[in-house]
Amino acid sequence: MMMSKPGISGRRRFDPFLLLIFLLVLLLTLILARAVCTLPMGGEGLAGEVARFQQQSGVESPVTAVLLNFRGYDTLLEVMVLLLAVIGVWSLATASFVKNSFATSPVQISVVRLLAPLMCLVAAYLVRQGTHLAGGAFQGGAVLGAAGVLLLVTELPWLSVVPSLLLRIGLLLGPLCFLAVAILCMFSGRQLLQYPSGEAGWIVLLIESACAVSIGLTLASLFAGGRPGGDVSDD
Amino acid sequence: MTLIMLFDILLVATLLWLAWRLLATEDIFKAVVLFISFGLLMALAWVRMRAPDVALAEAALGAGLTGPLFLSALRRMERIRKEERRVDTDEDRDDDVKAGNKRKETI
Repeated sequence: MMMSKPGISGRRRFDPFLLLIFLLVLLLTLILARAVCTLPMGGEGLAGEVARFQQQSGVESPVTAVLLNFRGYDTLLEVMVLLLAVIGVWSLATASFVKNSFATSPVQISVVRLLAPLMCLVAAYLVRQGTHLAGGAFQGGAVLGAAGVLLLVTELPWLSVVPSLLLRIGLLLGPLCFLAVAILCMFSGRQLLQYPSGEAGWIVLLIESACAVSIGLTLASLFAGGRPGGDVSDD
Repeated sequence: MTLIMLFDILLVATLLWLAWRLLATEDIFKAVVLFISFGLLMALAWVRMRAPDVALAEAALGAGLTGPLFLSALRRMERIRKEERRVDTDEDRDDDVKAGNKRKETI
């Protein structure tokens, strides 16, 4: 990194500050290398523990069991962080949806029209698959978000046509659903996010579906880069 | 077995080289393109580490969405730079200021 960036003033002068940064980074690398070397090798970690309680989690995939059940609190916070990101972007800027000077090619438009429904289907499949194989809310939501981005790039203006209230409800669907389940669990005499035994399966699927919709809309809204103009708050 | 090991070594070497290139390049657009390819190869690496969940997330989020986000940010930066060059035609920014004032009033 230090030797690149040619041509600022011919030859680069010796900079003590850069040397300090280099030494600090070197120190950090050494510390990290030492930490990696002293890690217990071949240990199973918590895999055995997860496998033991797999039956209770309501899903067959250990990853989904950890994400949505055993460590559901972390995932709840992650979903909230995504929501906060959209709120931040929306309060800073409005998306203009201006037409580009050059027209979108008709080939691109028809391909995207074919692809977008297919991607929604793949997203739903990924969420459904998350209960027993690789997949889940984040992967499904990302595919959904990618479909939204494709539509935006092709200038099919779905984000500005969808009623703003509906969009906001969609963005809130996942976090609110997750939070409602968490609080309802508390009200029925259990811990936060401790699902009733035997019913965890459909609860996890419900949370995952709602979160996938919200994550997809969140990512597409982030790409649009601001609050759609003519929003409810503009009335 | 050795063939797979060769593939792994090649993958790691390519990842390191891509990371170096994308950090060292002057051209931001080039860096973004390198970042996208880095994400795709990283997804492959996650598959090799038998973590298909992370691989899916990396391919969809790391390569598929972060790349376009960077590209759109880049386009926006270029547009802002152009607007700054032409000082007399910044109606867009005036609109933004008005919207900001309106928001303050509603608060």
